[in-house]
Amino acid sequence: MSDVDLTATADEGLVRPNLQRQMFEGRAIKNNLLTVLTWIIAILAAIPLISVIYMLLMRGGTRLFGAGFVEVLTALPPAGFEMGGGIGPAIVGTLTMVAIATLISVPFGIMAAIYLAILGPTSKLATISRFLAKVLTGFPSILAGVFVYAVMVVNFGYSPWAGGIALSVLMLPTVVLAAEEAIAQVPQRMKDAAFGIGCTRTQVIWKVVLPTGLPGILTGVMLAIAGAAGESAPLLFTALFSNYYIESLSAANNPTASLSILIYNFSGMPFENQIELAWTASLVLVLIVLVFNILARLFGQPKV
Amino acid sequence: MATKPFQQAGSSSTITRPPSGGERATDSMFRGIAYACAGLIVLLVIAILWQLSKEALPAIAEYGLGFWYGTTWDVNKEIFGVLPEIWGTLYSSLLALLLGGIFGIAIAIFLTQDFIHHKLALVFRTIVELLAAIPSVVYGLWGIYVLIPIIRPIAEWLHETLAWFPLFSTDLSGPGLAPAALVLAIMILPTVAAISVDAFRRIPYKVKEAAYGMGTTKWEAILKVMLPTASSGILAALVLGFGRALGETMALAMLIGNANQISLSLFAPANTLASLLASSFPEAGAVEVQALMYAALVLLLITFIVNVLGLAVQQYTVRKFEGKK
Amino acid sequence: MSAAAQTVATDTAEFIAEPYQPEGDTVIDCDVKKIFYGDFLAVRDSVVPVEKNKITAFIGPSGCGKSTVLRSLNRMNDLIPVFRFEGTVNYHGQDIYAPNVDPVVVRRYIGMVFQQPNPFSMSIYDNVAFGLKLNKFKGNYDEKVQKALERAALWKEVKDKLKNSGLSLSGGQQQRLCIARAIATEPDVLLMDEPCSALDPIATRQVEELMLELRERFTVGLVTHNMQQATRVGDTTAFFSVDISKGGRTGYLVEMGPTKQVFEDPQQDLTKEYVRGEFS
Repeated sequence: MSDVDLTATADEGLVRPNLQRQMFEGRAIKNNLLTVLTWIIAILAAIPLISVIYMLLMRGGTRLFGAGFVEVLTALPPAGFEMGGGIGPAIVGTLTMVAIATLISVPFGIMAAIYLAILGPTSKLATISRFLAKVLTGFPSILAGVFVYAVMVVNFGYSPWAGGIALSVLMLPTVVLAAEEAIAQVPQRMKDAAFGIGCTRTQVIWKVVLPTGLPGILTGVMLAIAGAAGESAPLLFTALFSNYYIESLSAANNPTASLSILIYNFSGMPFENQIELAWTASLVLVLIVLVFNILARLFGQPKV
Repeated sequence: MATKPFQQAGSSSTITRPPSGGERATDSMFRGIAYACAGLIVLLVIAILWQLSKEALPAIAEYGLGFWYGTTWDVNKEIFGVLPEIWGTLYSSLLALLLGGIFGIAIAIFLTQDFIHHKLALVFRTIVELLAAIPSVVYGLWGIYVLIPIIRPIAEWLHETLAWFPLFSTDLSGPGLAPAALVLAIMILPTVAAISVDAFRRIPYKVKEAAYGMGTTKWEAILKVMLPTASSGILAALVLGFGRALGETMALAMLIGNANQISLSLFAPANTLASLLASSFPEAGAVEVQALMYAALVLLLITFIVNVLGLAVQQYTVRKFEGKK
Repeated sequence: MSAAAQTVATDTAEFIAEPYQPEGDTVIDCDVKKIFYGDFLAVRDSVVPVEKNKITAFIGPSGCGKSTVLRSLNRMNDLIPVFRFEGTVNYHGQDIYAPNVDPVVVRRYIGMVFQQPNPFSMSIYDNVAFGLKLNKFKGNYDEKVQKALERAALWKEVKDKLKNSGLSLSGGQQQRLCIARAIATEPDVLLMDEPCSALDPIATRQVEELMLELRERFTVGLVTHNMQQATRVGDTTAFFSVDISKGGRTGYLVEMGPTKQVFEDPQQDLTKEYVRGEFS
């Protein structure tokens, strides 16, 4: 460090390099500026989330966590200048339609994933289906509504089934791709072991592959459910909306309420009561979505 | 029976037996069902295309290509054109991509390039995932009651001082392009960030070592080595994020103002194909439904092309790294 | 002296190698007290001088810390968050671990070639020019790139395809490209961490010949798991070991000296065993 050393090397014609940190050199300044900028961006990105959560709790939470929470969760939506009221039919409607969508998309999705991951991973059909499943994940959700409208609503009217099927169109690719990935990650040695003792392919899949891949599959299913529960565009003209509880699943022309459409409808109303209910419904909807997201994480954790 | 010799070879003491007829039947049935389910995805896509085309056919025959560049949507006169919607869709999505892209890539860098302890990185990763989990309609509500009141004074000031500038040529009366594009940017940010994070993660550690070994600063390594190496993955992230923005419906239907006009102004109300469908479909008569089906087909085509493009870039990236490792 | 050292050597937890005092000038005087990864003590008490315009070979069994010591010489280990260095590494008399030293600058003077060829995903030309651009070199790039590739014995093979991707080359060519990239900026010292471990014998020989030529201009530190390689190219050899039999996992320097002496007349029993084990 002392200057005496310098002469020793300088004699040999070597310039002793300056290794000191140069705080105000161009490179260092640029480096630090960019780092600060990145921090700012990361923090800025968190602001909308914090704001959304704050608003949900402040405006939606007053009712949900207040004394009248039973009314809010069970009563029918208010009309016009009415006070009070609740979002009961919408909660039931959303859960019903998500259940229908799950019952349709999960069996089909897992079977398709089994084909894609094990039975014919490199076949032409698998290549095409996999690609189309990926295309479908980026598919505008409203088009699922348009499609189901043209196929079902025109003939049978609005119903929870139409809504559920529209949601299942959106869930299917998510389930297929997540399940395929989970199944493909089952180690080959496990499959080899099962084949090695003479299992048929079906037995290998049922007894080894599905149980091993189950956590991954469930994660995918939960994420698909979370996504479907928050969807609104595909329900707009398949389930439409209703102020009443679902009375029967078999009735023709049976418009059904959902939380997301309630939020959409109430958001534009000039009545403070309805707007407040829209926030309450948003909070409930976000909580439902969060529950499934948390479930997805729990399933996704490797078993110790 | 081919299994006979094995049965004879096994003495009475062995418990090994060939699969029963039932097991074989189940096996082939199971495989048949799996095959059919994989085919179902293909059938579904074909059905969607076919159904939309069929429903749109009368409108296609009636309005032809003029539908694409017509600027009026008048139910009473039965004049239908979607140029303002195509413009609004592309304009809002591009604005969202610009903002969401910059933020998404910056966050991907932030999360992957050793800026923060991995525990803090988990916090930020959770924030990004939560941003993706919030339903579109909730963003719409938030946009109406939080975002628009916040940006309105800013918009007013910009309009008053810089009215000559096309982007600020109108005032923000409430809903409009700016709040819509902002919310859209927030919504595509997680997509862009997640795919970009994958792209950065796929870069082998030795590349980073090589960069630092050459004496780069952190940002020189990021900008001159990591970013170019991840570029095709990031491109895929941007294209797929753009695709998402094009098809996004509810938040836009609530925030963009649903006005069939073409304006450069960030504060003017506009419309998109998806929000046109959302706002007009429930009350449409037979003729308008046909036109809306045509509009749906236009939206399908645009998003299909963008998504296929994005997926192609993404697959190219994966192959590039896995092929040459 | 040698008998005394040998008795000490049996108790490896205490053993500290006799510091090697080279005759020529040194570029780096490395005095490792302790190197930690988190709580794990990876290397202890090793004095390793690196002589000017010579090849200093680092040998020893797996896990003995030879790579760790080499990577401490240009602060590459700083990339690992839990890494901690105690001791001094004097580079031309300046301690590169002094608090105000910028590791980025250190790495520009002390370049590195890695175990796995790691060209950037850009053209051959851009790979070699990378360091020049980084250092804002104002001059004839073509000339510098050609010179570096010639020195790396790669010019003839790639001169017609400089625009091709660096990743399109074979493993041996990629490694020579990485050497060209490292020497293009004419650093003072070149550290090579098992540069031939991913290469076939022919490519290995080419790289070894290259090292001998590079010695004329650069000072080289070489980690190798291949003892023959150390005898073929090493001027000085540092032998590290780790005593697994006693449950230790900490590497340390056992012996350092001119290569010929270390291999033909080792002073320590451990060195003797290791050197013989490899040869007979």
